[in-house]
Amino acid sequence: MAQKAAAIVAEGLRKEYRQTRALDGFDLTVPEGTVCGLLGPNGAGKTTAVRILATLLEFDGGRAEVAGFDVARQAAQVRYRIGVTGQSAAVDEILTGRQNLEMFGRLYHLGAARARRRADELLELFGLAEAGSKSAKHYSGGMRRRLDLAASLIMAPQVLFLDEPTTGLDPRGRMEVWEAIRSLVAGGTTVLLTTQYLDEADRLADRIAVIDSGRVIAEGAPERLKSMIGGDRIDLVVTDAGELAGAARIVARICGAEPETRPDTRRISAPARHRVATLTETVRALGDAGIAVEDIALRRPTLDEVFLRLTGHRAETAGEGGGGADGGEPGRAAGRADRGGPERARDQTEKEMTV
Amino acid sequence: MTTATPSAPGAVPLQAPPETPLSRARWALADSWTVTRRYLIHWVREPAYIMWGLMYPMVSVLLFGYVFGSAMVVQGGGDYREFLLPGMFGMTMMFGIGNTMMGVTTDADKGITDRFRSMPMARSGVVVGRSVADMINSVMDLAVLVACGLVVGWRAHGSPAETLAAVGLLLLLRFAFIWVGIYVGLIMKNAESAGNFYALLFPLTMISNTFVAPEMMPGWLGAVAAWNPVSSTVTAIRELFGNPGLGGDSWLAQNAVLMAVVWPLVIVAVFLPLSVRRYRRARR
Repeated sequence: MAQKAAAIVAEGLRKEYRQTRALDGFDLTVPEGTVCGLLGPNGAGKTTAVRILATLLEFDGGRAEVAGFDVARQAAQVRYRIGVTGQSAAVDEILTGRQNLEMFGRLYHLGAARARRRADELLELFGLAEAGSKSAKHYSGGMRRRLDLAASLIMAPQVLFLDEPTTGLDPRGRMEVWEAIRSLVAGGTTVLLTTQYLDEADRLADRIAVIDSGRVIAEGAPERLKSMIGGDRIDLVVTDAGELAGAARIVARICGAEPETRPDTRRISAPARHRVATLTETVRALGDAGIAVEDIALRRPTLDEVFLRLTGHRAETAGEGGGGADGGEPGRAAGRADRGGPERARDQTEKEMTV
Repeated sequence: MTTATPSAPGAVPLQAPPETPLSRARWALADSWTVTRRYLIHWVREPAYIMWGLMYPMVSVLLFGYVFGSAMVVQGGGDYREFLLPGMFGMTMMFGIGNTMMGVTTDADKGITDRFRSMPMARSGVVVGRSVADMINSVMDLAVLVACGLVVGWRAHGSPAETLAAVGLLLLLRFAFIWVGIYVGLIMKNAESAGNFYALLFPLTMISNTFVAPEMMPGWLGAVAAWNPVSSTVTAIRELFGNPGLGGDSWLAQNAVLMAVVWPLVIVAVFLPLSVRRYRRARR
């Protein structure tokens, strides 16, 4: 047990749909027992990558290994060792939660009695024991996602793929799913998690890989990545537009960087390298100068800002143009009316991040 | 490689994959049954779904037997409803394509097909399980139709063996159409386009000898109707049930029973491999 082996290895993966290149030299290594957050906007290729690694999609070039087995040549072996949850796999909506888990248990050949026992255990573990005899279609978004997660864990997989596990959930559902994921991670499962939210990757992942146009453009521990992109920011809104310039000077002195000012919204934004220290110092200095502030908060950079920093262009969201890489899966969005748009969900994340 | 399990209490050890052909076959059989069971549970939990399916043939018998039937005269003589019912049997078998297709497309759309595909279950389990469930459903459809037929005056006049053979030919046709349904369901992008295909099924079943003789149609359409696989089955079962038929001395009419076996086998030979291949490869 000298060093940790890699649970997921992808080398130069390529995948083309009719017109778009979904993956274009995708490289990724995830050490055993760690959580990797694959961060990127819609259409960056996240789902394509997960579907290839989970043996659901054939690819055009490159090589991939999961749990020590080649994804293309030893797909059956890979399937014994993985669980998939999220956009890429789902549960039966007519069946009850218990019937769903029982069915999947039978398909793992546990036998009827053990499948039933395992279903009860998992329902208990994910706080679904009471809802166990209700149809899955009557579940809330968070409950359904947890059932989904439970279904992936019947056999205690070595590698777990979570494809946007919280997209479209309300803040409460999101917290429930995060909680469930954290308890799994404590058990030592290797997890590859895709997300559009820096905040989510930051909370759950040991390492974050940022994906854009089908390739990983930055990778590292969340701390490193955040320092690369300038870390947290302080945002404030002054009450009187006339004091914007004065406030900006104070912020510039404390943050040691020229802040961005928006006269129309009276907003000032700057990197907050020392987080809470920066915040308190700013509050005190503004108070001393007699400048009234309507709102002041620390926040993580949004995905847009991360992308702007790393790529020089804004995150292009597929869907409007319809030409994105994951746009090769048009049926999916239509089939899932329970998902809120990414914009709405992002707003929720930002609110939560406000200190 | 002993990673701690995520849910230590009661975590299940990995099942050894089947090694011998025999144990593989046993796994495939068990997986198919599990999938069939899923649909049986659907019917129990949502009986309305299956009730609507059974309503359709009943309404059709009334509609075609009495609304249109009152204006119809059978060429060779005989009661129109006696002539019509075998046609309705054949038509219902063909409409099964739509049922199968909708089910397959919905599963793929919702992502449950992907969950099955990400599991180490037998690759054949999903499609075989589906086809068994569809066959059970078809037997129920057929039973309801036969009951309706008996009520409106249709009778099987042949020997018990001939009657059984006729039922067998109908189910054989349905079995063949399951694979058409699975294939079409797999290539459909979403439930919406599957719904559009559904609308296309109706004329496809009409362009046959179900309601009128193909000879009465314009030449080219009559040829299509005569060569429609449904037509062969319907001619064959009219013969076996001893119901009034269209007669005719074309090769197709003379060899209806043979063609009622050959057609389904050809359809299976084409669409079964296509479906399995499509299922194994990625959907999109």
